[in-house]
Amino acid sequence: MNILVCVKRVPAPGARINITEDGQQVDTAFLGFTVSPHEECAVEAAVQLVEKHGGEVTVLTLGDVLAEEQLRTAASVGAVKAVLVPIEGMDWDAQRTASAISSAITALETTNGNFDLILFGNESADSCGYQVGVRAAVKLGRPMVNGAKGIEVADGVATIRRESDAGIEIYNLPLPACIGVREGINLPRYPTMKGRLASKKVEIQRTEISAEVGGLKMIQLQRPPERVSNTQILGTGPEAASAVVDLLVELGVFK
Amino acid sequence: MSVLVVVEHDRGTMTPASLGALTAGRNLAKQINTTMEAVTVGANADALSDTIAAYGATTVHQAHHAALVDFGPEAWGESVAQIVRNISPQVVIGCGTERGHEVIAQVAARLDLPASMNCTEFNTSFDGTQPMQVTRARWGGSLLENAALDASIKLVTLANHTVEPVEAPSTIAIAVVDVALDASVLHSFVRDRVERVAGVTVVTAPVVVSGGRGVGSAEAFGPLEELAGLLGGIVGCSRAVTNNGWRNHVDQVGQTGTRIAPDIYIACGISGAIQHWVGAMASKNILAINTDREANIVTKAGYAVIGDLHKVVPAISAEIRRRRGQ
Repeated sequence: MNILVCVKRVPAPGARINITEDGQQVDTAFLGFTVSPHEECAVEAAVQLVEKHGGEVTVLTLGDVLAEEQLRTAASVGAVKAVLVPIEGMDWDAQRTASAISSAITALETTNGNFDLILFGNESADSCGYQVGVRAAVKLGRPMVNGAKGIEVADGVATIRRESDAGIEIYNLPLPACIGVREGINLPRYPTMKGRLASKKVEIQRTEISAEVGGLKMIQLQRPPERVSNTQILGTGPEAASAVVDLLVELGVFK
Repeated sequence: MSVLVVVEHDRGTMTPASLGALTAGRNLAKQINTTMEAVTVGANADALSDTIAAYGATTVHQAHHAALVDFGPEAWGESVAQIVRNISPQVVIGCGTERGHEVIAQVAARLDLPASMNCTEFNTSFDGTQPMQVTRARWGGSLLENAALDASIKLVTLANHTVEPVEAPSTIAIAVVDVALDASVLHSFVRDRVERVAGVTVVTAPVVVSGGRGVGSAEAFGPLEELAGLLGGIVGCSRAVTNNGWRNHVDQVGQTGTRIAPDIYIACGISGAIQHWVGAMASKNILAINTDREANIVTKAGYAVIGDLHKVVPAISAEIRRRRGQ
C-alpha cells in the first residue's frame, strides 16, 4: 500500500517561547526545529503499516527550503519519497495550506496513482489549527477521522482506534482514506546510521502550487500573562515530608 | 441573523464543554444584538432542549437522520453545515474539544469558510458586521494569537474552561431539520466502543503524582505509585518519560498528552518545559519536588521541596502512614 504523510516543520521550544519584536512570529534564533510531534508519530505509523503490508511511504511538507531537513528526518526512518511544496516567508493559513496540499496530492496521484492512505497530524504543535487534514480530505472527497491512536488495515478498510472520555471508539474507513494521527499511537523509532545515510540520497521533488489566501488573518502573537508564583519552599530533602503532609491536610487532599 | 452554538453530546448526554459554549454564545449574541440559537445532531439529543433553553437559546435546530445515532465527524459536520447554510448565522461556536474542533473543521471545509480554533476571547467591539477579532490559543496555550476572522459567517471553537457556565433561562422554539446525508459522509461513524474500566484517570484524579526524566527508570516509579495510592490519586508523567518507554502515553501530561486540573499536582523530577507546563498549568495547586531550585517548574509552582525525589517521595509516604497510625 502507498501511504502519504503530511508533516510540518516546527520550532522545538524549551522552557519558554519568545516572540520577535514585531509580534509576527516565534523568535527561533536559539531554537532547533523538529517534525511536529503528532506527525512524527504519523510517519512511524505509516512505516509500520508498510513493513506489514508492503508498499512505500511518501512524505510531503509545505515550507521553505529549510523544511527539507524534516523531509530527510522522515526519510531516515523509512519514507522513500519526499515532496516539498515550496513557500516563501511566513506560514500559510489553514485554508491556503489545505488547498495547496490537496492540489499537490492530486498532481502526485495523476502521475503515480492514488495513495491508499493519507496521514496528517491531529493538529500542528505551533499553530494548533485542527483543520488542515480535514480540509484537504474534504477537497479530495475522501473519508477522514482525526485523533487516531491506532490504525490497522485489512481488506481495503482502515480500522481506527481513538480515545474519548468514555473509552475507545472504533471507526472503519474504506480506502482510500485520510486519517489524523495523535501522539501515543506508537513510539517513533530513532534513525539508524544506515537510515541517515540513505536519507541524504533521497531526491526531494518540488511541486510548485499557488493557492488563495484564506480568511483567518493573524494580527499578532502575544505571550499570555505570566504566572507569577511566589513559590513557597516547604523545605529541603526528606525532612520536608512533615511540611508537605501539613500542606496536603490544609488543601483537603489528605484525609 | 444569530449566534449558533453547536452542542456537543455523546449519544444524548451533553458534554460539560457545551455549557461554556452556550454561555459564551449568549454573551456574544447580546453584544451583537441578536439571539443565540443552538444545534443538536441526532434525534437522541432532542431531550437536551430543556438544558439548552436554561442557557438562553431561543431556538434549537434538531438535525434528524436515521444514520445519526452515534458520533460521526463527517455526518455531524455535514448536518451542521446544512443548517448553517439555511439560517446564515453571523457566528458559529463549537466546543474546544477533540470532537468540537473536528466538527467545526468539517463545517469549515464544507462551506469553504475560515475557522479559528481554541478562542479564549472575542473582541468586545465586534458588532456583527466587520471582521471579528479573536484571541486564540497556540502552542497548546503557551502563546496567544490575535487574529481577524474575515468571512460572512465566523466559525470558532471556544477554548475549554475559558467561560464559566451561567444559566439564563428563555423560552425555546424547536425546529426539527431532516438533513440529507449522502453515502460519502456515512463512513466515519463510531462503529464500536471499548468502555474504559471504571476508576480514576489522570483527567479525573484529584491528586496526580507525576514523574519526569529525573525519575530515571520505569521501576523507579514505584514510590510515586505508592504515594499516589495513599492519596487516592494516580501517577502521571512527562513526555521525556513516554519517549523513554518508561510509561504508557495515557499517563502523559502535556500539550500532546492530557491536560489536567487536579486539586494538587505533585511534579517529581520534572523540569517544566513549556510542552509539559501547558498540560499541568490548570492544576489548582502545584508542588514541585526537584533538586534544582531554578527549574522552570519550581519557579512556577505554588510550593516546592528542594531535594532528590527518590528520598523525598518515600519520606512523604512514610509520614502519611505515620499520621494514619499505620
